[in-house]
Order: sequence, then structure tokens, then C-alpha cells
Amino acid sequence: MADFGGSDLDAFRTEARDWIEANFPKSLKGKGGMMMREERSEPTPDMDAWRKAMGEKGWGVPTWPTQYGGGGLTPAHGRIIQQELGRVGAYNPIGGMGVMMFGPTLLEYGTEAQKQQHIPPIVKGELQWCQGFSEPGAGSDLASLQTRAEDKGDHYIVNGQKIWTSGAQWAQWCFCLVRTDTTKKHEGISFVLFPMDVPGVEVRPIPLIAGNSPFCETFLTDVRVEKDQVVGPVNGGWTVAKRLLPHERSGLSGAGGGGGGRSLVKLAKEYVGSDESGRLADTDLRTRVIMNEIDGRAFQLTAMRAMAESKANSGPSAATSIMKNAGTRWMQDRAELTIELMGHQGLGWEGDDFTAEELGAVRSWLGGKATTIYGGSQEVQNNIISKRILGLPDPK
Amino acid sequence: MAVLNEEQTMLRDAAKSWVQEKSPVTAFRKMRDSGVELGYDANAWNEMAEMGWAGVIIPEEYGGSDFGYLSMGLILEETGRTLTASPLLASGLATASALVLGGSDAQKSEWLPKIAGGEVVGALAIDEGAHHAPEKVALKAEKSGSGYKLSGSKSFVLEGMAAGLLVVSARTSGAAGDTDGITLFLVAGDAKGVSRKRLHLADSRGAANITFDGVEVGEDAVLGEVGKGYALLEKTLDRARAGLCAEMLGSALQAFEITLDYLKVRVQFGQVIGSFQALQHRAAKMFTDLELARSAVEAALQAIDADTPDVPELVSLAKAKMGDVFHLVSNEMVQMHGGIGMTDAHDAGFYMKRARAAEAAFGNQGYHRDRYARIQGY
Repeated sequence: MADFGGSDLDAFRTEARDWIEANFPKSLKGKGGMMMREERSEPTPDMDAWRKAMGEKGWGVPTWPTQYGGGGLTPAHGRIIQQELGRVGAYNPIGGMGVMMFGPTLLEYGTEAQKQQHIPPIVKGELQWCQGFSEPGAGSDLASLQTRAEDKGDHYIVNGQKIWTSGAQWAQWCFCLVRTDTTKKHEGISFVLFPMDVPGVEVRPIPLIAGNSPFCETFLTDVRVEKDQVVGPVNGGWTVAKRLLPHERSGLSGAGGGGGGRSLVKLAKEYVGSDESGRLADTDLRTRVIMNEIDGRAFQLTAMRAMAESKANSGPSAATSIMKNAGTRWMQDRAELTIELMGHQGLGWEGDDFTAEELGAVRSWLGGKATTIYGGSQEVQNNIISKRILGLPDPK
Repeated sequence: MAVLNEEQTMLRDAAKSWVQEKSPVTAFRKMRDSGVELGYDANAWNEMAEMGWAGVIIPEEYGGSDFGYLSMGLILEETGRTLTASPLLASGLATASALVLGGSDAQKSEWLPKIAGGEVVGALAIDEGAHHAPEKVALKAEKSGSGYKLSGSKSFVLEGMAAGLLVVSARTSGAAGDTDGITLFLVAGDAKGVSRKRLHLADSRGAANITFDGVEVGEDAVLGEVGKGYALLEKTLDRARAGLCAEMLGSALQAFEITLDYLKVRVQFGQVIGSFQALQHRAAKMFTDLELARSAVEAALQAIDADTPDVPELVSLAKAKMGDVFHLVSNEMVQMHGGIGMTDAHDAGFYMKRARAAEAAFGNQGYHRDRYARIQGY
């Protein structure tokens, strides 16, 4: 436990409330959404102060162990912090790939020295990580990756090209999959770490259909990787990566909650109007809005059910496997409906002829197309359900 | 699957083993082939009643166990798996709900113990046309002496052939389509002037058209308030719909599992057809949709047990989603089985026929999508 006595949740709630009250800068109220934006701006002094306060407290990662700076709390305590942050319009400033994916994996597979080196800066939000997994020739078939790591005795020399390394232009470190054995596929891959400012690392941002993006190409030319920066066994990186991917998928399955903007129904009423009985005037659109609303509600009910089940059975529920496809399908459908109901106003690219909401809808619609491609495409998810849950065989 | 308490787990397990031993799909096939007028096997129904299933939502003081709607849903899910035909939904759930929600002490004392024991089968006589429309009531109830005289007809009454007690929606004022002026009556199945005609539907279940030819009932036959029966009817129907959804969930799951088993054994082009990605992805989509539907169905049943205000919207959510999913799965069952799925000897056709009848009952997907939106003001 951190710096409070007793495990009583009510007492903890009071403590959390008081601490947030005392430390959260009022100027940042309701600004949490900005943290999720794809484009970065320089942090203000208040943002820095808030990140430092949460980082010191360890509450950005409440369940991580205290010896590396984490909160050392139970998930129930973590939920209370989340609720209390939300109550006053505060946000958790500690995030990114280090928190969502790399940290939990390193805590499980890392050596003590690796944990001591890498976890505290993640907990404090001091540095950002990026993920070097996909390659131009290794997308859904990730294990066919070709980036080579040559054994040079006390270190490796890495050559290759990574793509979709999101946030690489801002990251200080990279966790990366490289090939240490060319004679095997899955068993020839290692999971390595290197700083982004070592010689031979070149990053180029990739503009996407939605405009600027956090995605990059990362070229690796004779990059030196130290041997103590291999996570898990040499040639055992696939196992580590597989463990990490569910963290990625659960983070991608619907966290956006439909864009967080106004409800589809409200927008539809405004843009297409209602008839005298209060129904949306466009009956065809109305039906499709209803179906999307129903799908969204069923998805949320499933998320709640999966949570209740995994709590009761102390293991993941089968319902978890459907979350990414169901969530992304719903959100993409919603984004399509949003621009459709806006008509031509829902196709504005830039300029003051369009509201911020309209311009945002266009970018979300386009940007959202990535959600069924990354983190295991829709098709890969269906393969996983077919094979692991339904037990259907591989083709001969 | 929702997190169950101990009694719910026992009830579910008991239902599972009884259904597997005593009421497999072959029993349904036998019932259909026999052409029995009731549309179900009376012996099987007696066994179900003996296990107390007809009294699951009935309070203990009236001979039930008061386990609630999620518990009833668990039984219906299991009976749905093998398409078990029985009056459990129409009588033990729908009619019992109408009485529990709207009955006087005298009405409850008279009917609930008999329904709980399975001695009387109850049925809802609500619709008057081919589409579910509970406000379109033309059947007239006119004041007559100290009671009422009922004239008109009801269509597609589920378990109408077996019913010893009918819950009848009648018009005491206004015109068909008004929600005001509807009154619910309890009418004994053997009352003078009640006549019924069996309907042979594709799903082989018990259904009837019922005519009321000047049927005389007393004041004490009014269920709830005169002229204000619509609210009680809607509450009753929501419970029936949620129960039907649970049955549909069981049927759809079984249809899916049978299909999945077939994909693992049927060999074409030198390999099992379940190794083809075109079929694997369709199976994965069905699994995804079934998980979503289960969440909606269980949420509706839990809301009824907790008596929360969102029961109507959750029920319409469940019926719309479950209808779509059962529709899809039953079609895929036939398609993925190929020629054998087209034969009467195979069960696939049973599931597809049942899907369409269950979709239409108490409002199809279109009805409930519209209702879901209306409740939320669009």
C-alpha cells in the first residue's frame, strides 16, 4: 500500500478526493480529451505540474508495484481513483504505449535490472515508448518480419525497416521485434529495447487519408542494441509479443466510445429533423441509426457482462474475444452514419464553412478505418475466434 | 452467461439434464409427426410442472418459488435448445405475469396456484391481425347486467388450443388503435361462446384463432382497471418478450453448435469444410453476434427482476437483436449443411421455422426497433 493506512474503500475515496482537489490544476478541467489527440502541442506548466504530481504519487498506474514507483493498489482502489478524477473533470496524465502495453509486459518478462531501469520513468510519465512490430512485408502475418539482429558478441547490430510505429517521432525508446534466427519463423524472433536517439534510427511520419497522423516509418541502419536489453529469452520474443497484443486489443476495442461527441440521435435530429410525431424524418436513416444504437448498447452490455464474468471466474470471459470486432464495427458504422446525416456539410476538409464538429466527423470517419486494420485486423480476429474459441482446423 | 447464484445454477443444471434426457429434438419431431392438437406433449409438460418450472415467477404464497425472471429465462434457454414445445412461456410466464402484476387477491388465489401446478394452462389472447399490435383492439366488451359481454376474435393465440384461462384484451371505450379504453379480462377457456380453431403454422407449435361470441363474464373478471388495461398489458408483454428471447437464445445457440460440429466433420475437396476461411469467418461473426445478443437478453431479464424503469427499452433491444441473430444463425444452419439441411429428416429446418415464428411473436425486429427509438424520443 502507498502512503495511507487502512484498506477501507470509503476512506480511500475520501483520501483520493482530497488529494486530487489539492493537486489537480483547475485550468486543466475537462481537457483530458486533448491528451488523446493525435497531434501534439507543447505541455503547459500546469500540465507538467499535474503529470509530475500523479507520477510521484504512482496513481497513474495504481496497480503497479510500489518498488518501481507504482501505486501498489488493488483494482478496486484504481477504479475509485478513476471515478474521482472523472468527478472533477480531471484526467490521468500518465499514459501512452509504455503504460498500456510495454509496462505490463516488462513487469511480467523483464529482468530485475530492466524493470528498475524502465518502469519508473513510465510511471512518472517522463518518457514515451513506441512499438516496432509491423514491417512493410509483415502486417497481419507479423511473424514473417525480416528486420535482422546480428550477434556481435557483446551486442547486436540491427538492420531493417519498421512501419506504423505510432508516436515514433516523439518517443525516446522503442520496444521492437527483430529476427535473431533466420532458420525458424516464430522461434527466431527476439524482443529488444533501444533508445530512439542512437545512431542509425531514422523516423519519417506518414500522412494518412485523415491527414496528419502519429504513424511513422522507422528505418534501422546498423543500430546497436545492448545484450542486456533483450526481454525474455533470445528467440523467445514471439511469446512475449503475444502476451502484449491482448493489452493492445483491449485498449483498442471501443475506448473511444463513439468519438465522445454528441449522440448520433441528437445530430440526426438537428441535421435531418423530425416529423410531427417526433420521429426522425428520414425513415431509412432512422432505421439505420436505431440499429447502430442497438449495436452500441449491446456492445456496452457485453463489456459489462465480460467484466462481471471475469471477476466471478477470476479469468477472462469468452466474450472478450469478440470485443475488438464488435466495438470497431459499431464505431465505424457510427462514423459513416454521422457524415451521411450531415450531408455535404459532413464532407468538409478544412475552412470556416464547416463547424469544428463537422470537420472532426470527417477526420474521425477516415481515421477510424484504421481500427479494423491495426492491432490484429478484423480478419485476424475472426481467425483467432475460429481457431481458439470455436476449434475450427487450419486448411491443409 | 450472467453470474448466477446457487439456486439459479441448480435450476439451470436441472433444466439442462432434463431437456437432454427427456426432451431432445427427436421428442419435438415425434410431437410434430403425431399431429397432436395441443401442439405439445402433455406428459412432458406434466413433468416440467412437477419440477416446479411453471411457478418460477409466482410468489410462494400462491404456490410458486418466486425465483424471478432470470431464473425462468435459464429454463427457457435450455428448453429452447431442443425446441421443446410447452406452455411454459404462455402460461407460467406470460399469464402468470399478468396475474401477479394486475390481479386482485381473489383472482390470484383462484388462478395462480393452478398455473404454478400446471393444472391450468393460461394464454394471452391479444392480437387480432397478422402483425403484433397490442393497441389495435376491436374486440368489444359491453356492459351487460352486473358484468360484461365480450364479442370479437383474437388471432395467433400461443397455446390457444390448451388454454383453460385466457387473458383477453377488450375495448370498453374508444376505437381500435387507442391505448385508452382497453380493458383486460380473465375468461375461462370453457366459457359459453368461446370457440377455437387450430392454426397449423410452420413451427408446429400450439396456436389458435379464438372467437368470442357474446361471452358473459362478471365484474370480477376484470384484470386491473377498466379502460386502463394497456399499461398492464405492456408490462405483461415485456415479460413475455424477454422470456421468449431467452428461449430464442437457447435455440440459436444450439443451431450454431450443431452447425459448428458439422463444419468439423463434413469433408469436401479432401478436407473438412470448417478449414475454409470463408466459412470460418461466418462462424466467427455468428459467435460474435450471439455473445452480443446474450448480453441484451440477460440485461432485459435482470432489469425485470430489479424492476428498473428501463425494462421496456431493454426488452425491445433484446427482441430486436435476438431476432436478427436467430434469423441469421438459422439461415446459416441450412446453408452450411448444404443439401442435407434441406431435408425434413434433418433438424435444421425445425430451427429455421421456429426462428421465424418466434421473430413474429410479440413483435418482430421492425416493431421493436421502432419501439426502442420511440421510447427514447426519436
